[in-house]
Amino acid sequence: MTEKHAITLNVNGRDYTISVEPRRTLADAVRDDCGLTGTHLGCEHGVCGACTIIVGGKPVRSCLMFAVQAAGEKIRTVEGLAKGEELHPLQKAFWENHGLQCGFCTPGFLMLAAGALEENPDLDEAELRELLSSNLCRCTGYQNIIKAVRAAAVEMRACQPSANP
Amino acid sequence: MSAIGQSLKRLEDCPLLTGAGRFAADNRADGQLHMRVVRSPIAFGRILSIDTADALAAPGVVAIWTHDDVAQLPPIDFRMTRIAGMEGYRQHVLAHGYVRYVGDPVAVVFAEDPYLAEDAADLVFCDIEELEACLDATADPVAFMPEREPGLHSEIAVIVKQYGDLERAFADAAATVELEVKVGRHSGVPLETRGALAVRDADSGLLTMYGAAKVPHYNRDSIARMLGLDPSLVRLSEGHVGGGFGIRGELYPEDVLVCAAALRLGRPVKWVEDRREHLMAANHSRDQVHRLRAAVDANGYVRGVSDVFFTDQGGYVRTHGGTVTDLAAALLPGPYVFPAYRAEGHIRLTNKTPAGTYRAPGRYETTFARERLMDAIADRLGLDPVEVRKVNLIAEAQMPFDRGIDALGTHVVYDSGKYHDLLQRALDRIGYDALRAELAKRRAAGEQVGLGVAFFIEKSGLGPLDLVTMSVRPDDTIEIVTGAASVGQGIETVMAQVCADTIGIPIERISVIHGQTDRIPVGFGAFASRVTVMTGSAVRIASQALRDKAIALAAPLLQAGIDELGLQAGRVVSSVTGAGIGLADIAAQSGGELAAQGEFRADHMNYPYGVHVAQVRIDRETCGIEVQRYLVAYDVGRAINPMLIDGQIVGAVAQGIGGAILEEFVYDEAGQPLATSFADYLMPTCHEMPIVDVLLREDAPSPLNPLGVKGAGEGGITAVGAAVASAIDDALGRPGLVTRLPVAPGRLHAALLRDED
Repeated sequence: MTEKHAITLNVNGRDYTISVEPRRTLADAVRDDCGLTGTHLGCEHGVCGACTIIVGGKPVRSCLMFAVQAAGEKIRTVEGLAKGEELHPLQKAFWENHGLQCGFCTPGFLMLAAGALEENPDLDEAELRELLSSNLCRCTGYQNIIKAVRAAAVEMRACQPSANP
Repeated sequence: MSAIGQSLKRLEDCPLLTGAGRFAADNRADGQLHMRVVRSPIAFGRILSIDTADALAAPGVVAIWTHDDVAQLPPIDFRMTRIAGMEGYRQHVLAHGYVRYVGDPVAVVFAEDPYLAEDAADLVFCDIEELEACLDATADPVAFMPEREPGLHSEIAVIVKQYGDLERAFADAAATVELEVKVGRHSGVPLETRGALAVRDADSGLLTMYGAAKVPHYNRDSIARMLGLDPSLVRLSEGHVGGGFGIRGELYPEDVLVCAAALRLGRPVKWVEDRREHLMAANHSRDQVHRLRAAVDANGYVRGVSDVFFTDQGGYVRTHGGTVTDLAAALLPGPYVFPAYRAEGHIRLTNKTPAGTYRAPGRYETTFARERLMDAIADRLGLDPVEVRKVNLIAEAQMPFDRGIDALGTHVVYDSGKYHDLLQRALDRIGYDALRAELAKRRAAGEQVGLGVAFFIEKSGLGPLDLVTMSVRPDDTIEIVTGAASVGQGIETVMAQVCADTIGIPIERISVIHGQTDRIPVGFGAFASRVTVMTGSAVRIASQALRDKAIALAAPLLQAGIDELGLQAGRVVSSVTGAGIGLADIAAQSGGELAAQGEFRADHMNYPYGVHVAQVRIDRETCGIEVQRYLVAYDVGRAINPMLIDGQIVGAVAQGIGGAILEEFVYDEAGQPLATSFADYLMPTCHEMPIVDVLLREDAPSPLNPLGVKGAGEGGITAVGAAVASAIDDALGRPGLVTRLPVAPGRLHAALLRDED
């Protein structure tokens, strides 16, 4: 169990070759081995969603995955969301709508929403609430998170290259 | 345009949005060891032996400590509300002779890696003689630690507060209404668990603890005292803090242990708790039973109230001492006149997790108790519950209203308030009469929907003082240093707005340093809704001092008289010549420094107030409770940033709803905690949240501070239990049905069955 394996994690387009025990969670590997501490651990049992990152295009709980399972997958974390200085529409919307207070749950909400909206930017109100109920926030009461994601969805729809010209 | 009153975007947000935040677990130091706490699996017992041999032999283990290794460390002292005789009930950093709750730290393992530390912790064997756990704070007191502390029993103090002639009130009353209510065990449960990193600099000897929160200066002094160090050799540094709510940042055993270990083991030591540990080791709160009696007139006017109540404070007395019980006893009367009153608060220990404060401590509980009592009075006398409240509310003409009792060592004097006016505004905002008629119609059609109204008082701005320093930097920005702390509430933005209001520069040119003990000699931290009031006022004073100093220094530079100079957009400008000079230039031409400081003192707290209105719907089959609509009307005197206040209130409502219908730390009969994960301790998701409408008012500014502000951090939670309980009664047409929070579906179902039998 404590024997280490060399794996390569591709995070935000960059390869990190690391040596991990099979039992090491993806969250710990991303945080401690890759040094990307923007991904947070709130419960380590898959309920709060603070550790949500995107693996292979889907939002996942990185506390419930082993690092070795993510080798070879494209991984995206909150550090890769902005394009240089230009914030992602979700980041802008959270800022403008006061969608965060302490900010601990924020990366998880951003990656959850990013993954879902990239797949379907036309989520209706009920689907949006259903999606966002996956994660816990203890500060905001969610009202402004929902408002922010709704606003970002509008912008993401407008920016989306049309699939059917 | 004044910077005060603007809903400006927060200065704090950018790093938090991009993953650049620095929370406790994000700190690391070269060569760091990882600490893992071995916790008692038993609620109450005598420690016979602790076998660490196997664990010491495990890979990567550097050291293991039990109480014997830290026997010289005193127990953790009270930060607030010290009551004589409580000293013997304090918690040692590692269990001394007995364990008193499941989760009590009995040993710590230090290892090269957190996984290895956890592996080794599993190998530590505690031989504990199990004793019968006490889990009911209303039962007769029992021995605290029969052999170690023979004289001590579990009733640690009784707080009595009273005024008026209660005997007379009951003798003259038209009716007496009695009620027993209970508020369950809840806690703040911030999303970030606790954590710390202690590093000792070998050259200077300075010990730094990263991961500080809430009260860094106080904790620096405590840690220094416990470790026998000069306070100048201890530094606490706050990074980002993932939520506070009263529980985070108090001094806990683990904080002291990482510091002691960094000294003794000569390496940095890091500790991050997991969620299970957090739920059984960080402070719990609430958990009170109130036995109320009211003497009332036929029109619902309350002549007197007596309350005997019990606070279950868990295994030990932690830093808050008697705070929660003190606040409960002092503030139970809330917004009503109640000419005679007596509260007798019994602080009892049990074998549960030790308890402290949680957002609106003592007020969430007593607002539930008092407002349930007002509903019961209305029901008994056949009166409208809102009318009963109106009859008893303190009138505007009675302000300032001296309650005649103390809270947290300060005299309770309600500084200002227009209670009747706010109640009417709340009813108008929600369209109370029309809404009641509509809900009655829905009930007649078979739905279980109802409405509840609750009034409350909050308190804020606890002294004694706050200090800020302010300086102009060469790039023409301003740096504010404060000993207050951030728990995510937006202190940087709010302080910058107060400063910008006087200096006239955009808040983006103002930076606010907080939670760093090496940057300012004193600091009182962030609790009791004190920061905007106390620190904000100090910033105001410092800003004005900086302005005056800038003008005085600019006068010779501009060859102008002081009377003709004013500050405009961060420049001192002459109204006569129009000539001006920027702050950085003034500093540069005046010996390099332009700085000021502001100190604000307050002997009294101030008292914001509000109204909550809840609409709930109950599924008669499942007894599931849906909060469908929510209104908070709240007067904060003056709003610095309305958007942030709105955020505070809505977030607090969510926590209040959790406490009203979802959250509870439940124990089995042996004292085993049954809520040690987020699958069992249920916090609201966005599914459980209604749209919350916030009616923010500035009708009664506080006369006690230069800004007129009152705190906004707690009023969103205070009356949620009360309003939701009232709405549930209304929905089911069973006045007085709800006497206990949370109203879990199973409990509601049982109550309804009992009623039907």
